Amino acid sequence: MYSRRFFLKSSAVAMFGAGAVPGWLSRAVYAANTPARRKKVMVAIFQRGAADGLNIVVPFGEKRYYAMRPSIAIPRPDGGPLSAVNLNGFFGLHPSLRPLKAIYDQRQLAIVEAVGSPDPTRSHFDAQDYMESGTPGAKSTPDGWLNRALPPDTSAGGSPLRAASFGPELPRSLRGHNDAVAVSALRDLKVADTSAAGVFESMYGASKDQMLNGTGRETFEAMKMVESIEKRPYTPEGGASYPSSRIGQNLAQIAQLIKADVGLEVAFTDIGGWDNHVNEVGGKVSEGALANVLNQFGQALAAFHMDLGDRVQDVVVVTMSEFGRTAHENGNRGTDHGHANVMFVMGGDVRGGQVYGDWPGLADHQLYEGRDLALTTDFRDVLGEVVSRHLGNRDLGRVFPGYTAWNFRGLMV
Amino acid sequence: MMMSHLRAAMALTGMAALGLLASPALQTRNQKDRQILHALNRLTFGPQPGDIERVEKMGLRNWIEQQLNPERMSQNPELAVKLQPLETLAMVPGEIVERYPNRPLVQQIVNGRRPLPSDLFLRAVVENMVFRFETRKAAKAETTSVVSADSSQEATPPEPLEPLRRYLDENRIQALRQGSRADKETILAALPPDQVDSILIAMPPALRKKLMPAAPPSMRRRMMLLDAPQRAVTYDLWEGKTYRAIYSDRQLAEVLDDFWFNHFNVFLDKGQDLYMVPQYEREAIRPHVLGKFRDLLEATAKSPAMLFFLDNWESVGPHSRAAERANGKTKKRGLNENYARELMELHTLGVNGGYSQKDVIEVARCFSGWTIQQPRLGGEFAFNPNMHDTGAKFVLGHKIQAGGMEDGEEVLDILARHPATAKHISFQLAQRFVSDNPPEALINRMARTFLEKDGDLREVMKTMLDSPEFWSDAQYLAKIKTPFEMAVSAVRALDADVDDAFALTNRIASLGQPLYRKQEPTGYSSVAADWMNSAALLARLNFSLALARNQVPGIHVDTTRLSENPARLLLMREPSAQTVDAMRQALDAQKPKTAEEGRQYLAGLVIGSPDFQRH
Repeated sequence: MYSRRFFLKSSAVAMFGAGAVPGWLSRAVYAANTPARRKKVMVAIFQRGAADGLNIVVPFGEKRYYAMRPSIAIPRPDGGPLSAVNLNGFFGLHPSLRPLKAIYDQRQLAIVEAVGSPDPTRSHFDAQDYMESGTPGAKSTPDGWLNRALPPDTSAGGSPLRAASFGPELPRSLRGHNDAVAVSALRDLKVADTSAAGVFESMYGASKDQMLNGTGRETFEAMKMVESIEKRPYTPEGGASYPSSRIGQNLAQIAQLIKADVGLEVAFTDIGGWDNHVNEVGGKVSEGALANVLNQFGQALAAFHMDLGDRVQDVVVVTMSEFGRTAHENGNRGTDHGHANVMFVMGGDVRGGQVYGDWPGLADHQLYEGRDLALTTDFRDVLGEVVSRHLGNRDLGRVFPGYTAWNFRGLMV
Repeated sequence: MMMSHLRAAMALTGMAALGLLASPALQTRNQKDRQILHALNRLTFGPQPGDIERVEKMGLRNWIEQQLNPERMSQNPELAVKLQPLETLAMVPGEIVERYPNRPLVQQIVNGRRPLPSDLFLRAVVENMVFRFETRKAAKAETTSVVSADSSQEATPPEPLEPLRRYLDENRIQALRQGSRADKETILAALPPDQVDSILIAMPPALRKKLMPAAPPSMRRRMMLLDAPQRAVTYDLWEGKTYRAIYSDRQLAEVLDDFWFNHFNVFLDKGQDLYMVPQYEREAIRPHVLGKFRDLLEATAKSPAMLFFLDNWESVGPHSRAAERANGKTKKRGLNENYARELMELHTLGVNGGYSQKDVIEVARCFSGWTIQQPRLGGEFAFNPNMHDTGAKFVLGHKIQAGGMEDGEEVLDILARHPATAKHISFQLAQRFVSDNPPEALINRMARTFLEKDGDLREVMKTMLDSPEFWSDAQYLAKIKTPFEMAVSAVRALDADVDDAFALTNRIASLGQPLYRKQEPTGYSSVAADWMNSAALLARLNFSLALARNQVPGIHVDTTRLSENPARLLLMREPSAQTVDAMRQALDAQKPKTAEEGRQYLAGLVIGSPDFQRH
């Protein structure tokens, strides 16, 4: 009783008047005092266009790599800015990802090699579709894996911001039964006309139409929640500096939502610019299309990690791309559509500082269909491990229907 | 002046204004109107003012009979006028590729395998594409050799305005670059007709893109041609569908076109599908929506759009000449099961329709060789015997051994007449037209008609429309409108004029239903739960206010007739007490400056109300 009265006095609650306090808000207020109420969050980043895993995490210990990519290989680590950043004596990061090395060393970044979707398609469209539905080979799966990954919501009046994506449309990964919000930017989540907003709120709030009443309440809760977040100027922690590109801004907003304790559990964003058939690597390895996109990607991830501060304990970021690229370079200093790839898993719960997965090798007979890196880890093993061990959703049969050959890599603490 | 505003505002706040007056006589009429409104809600894209009276006058039965026989109806002449400029809707894929060039076509021209177009503007379009292609290549080469260490900050070179200065003075150029939307519209509309093309060509691409929303439709088309010809096809489809839904008198046919396109969904943005969709909708879907299911099924099976979307065009039978010749070497192209699977799961039998993975493979073998000639140049359906699996196949207990294109046709015969198909199709129709959870008894009756009348879709519709389930109280206002239904029904209820649907179609996309862009072969859901979430609802509320306030460009709303009873007039029924209360509060809280502003505000609130989201 006492504490409830106390909370009602707090200014955030006063905003809503003395009526029913929305569930998310009491959670948020509690959270400020009792960290135990914090939600576990999974952030999925989709690299659209098929990222070239072999030049992102470079197998510099593999001679064949240099033979296959005479003009676009990343040189062996020499400590300088134009060579791979040594991770473990065999693999190294592309030099544009140098900001991630510190996180790897802190054991909060794990790398999974030779991972991806077992489906043989080399169509961007189909492969993205399969990876996002979480059901390679099955086209008509109606919903996405990240939506199904949400643990069943047992609390009454769950947060309307449990699932959010940043972009104009709800991505395939997040579509489905659980409500998910798609916004280009948080500030768009409102009724532009404030007096009309009040009228709509009372219309929907009083409506006898159960469904519209429920959605309406959630909507106005979400709107106020975002409004109160947006009111305060946001200063990232630890001097973290997000790049001004879309990926940087999206991750900044995800961090903002996480730290505001509004009940976010899964978030999604994507980044394009990976489909480099031509001039993937420039005159220097720090230049060219891949270096450009990796600069954005690496800076954004590093800023996000820094900004989370101790909240990193609650967050796991997973990156994925629909397939990898050919092991050999093509005739235009680029690469074509391939098969297996690399994934990053970053967060406090992660057993980082290691490269996971069996390395299949790059000899001709070791390549998939004689041309691509072979697959040794199914992407669902990586996602499934995070979903069950971090989000706590053990019902993987529902999250990834049809998949039974589970083989967790031990990525999570 | 003062006086009349005040009186108008008072009239608005009065009980009558909010539709609270309901005399006993009115109530009995309401009972009768209710059935009519229900029919209009479900069988059209929303009633227009006067529709209820019109249907009442001709009789509800006669009206339904008329809607079920659209070919005997006259069409609204206004619609043809709206559709006429959307020229790609009438073209075959090859023609679209030629008039709205794609990369493969431009490559052919570059390689000298095809002449430059004779049309001067089209030639400029192609030259533009070649130029862009080459500068992109050059720019990439350059970034790779010179750019500074911080290559994330790509410097954009200042736009060359010199060519434009040959046609326009500095003031107008400045206004086009930084002026208000109205300024831009005025200047663009006043460009000398004989110079428009040259001016557009002279504009830097970024400026053209910025000006697109302010340009009149014909100029916008030429702008799109210069920068991304394919976009014109997308917009023709978006706008065409929207115009038909708003203006067609054959409303049920439009609703059914939407239903069946969605049932046999293809995704516009999967590669070459863009060029194939106009023909697909026009020739494979529309002619059959009240015809025989077997014809509809075959039309989709042989359409380049479906063959491309579900990859069947690439499928090579394991026992085919092509596979034998390849002999495990060269490019591995094998059997592709995608079409076979969706054909059974989505198009015909349904997911629990009693087929196995073995059936999927056998059906895929039957359809191997159903392909497209020159898909990248907008080719047509072709059967390629070299890709066809000539062995015997067993599908759902039938042996199929014709060994040619007939194999696939035989599969279509089996599936189109299968009891599981009858049920699946009946379920889908009932879910769209009757209820999110359609009653089993109704589905069974519809399925019986489907089987007895050899898949005659008009007969199946009649069974549904004669059923007590369709007319039951429980189904009245039981469905949530999809975003498209919501937007179109709002335009129709407001009796708005749409001169230019460009902005409206963009709004529909941001409501969550980009037309022709449902990626999954399942099509869009017609179930309420899939459309109601926070972001989607906020988008609806903002759209409602903008539409009523004439802030959606290209649409003109005249609210004069809404000076009394706006809620009643827009909903065509009594509003809920909660909506009335909230609107009364709205007027207490905010006194509109003018009567028109007040009417627009109230109209926006009604369109955004819970009442308007159902039909």
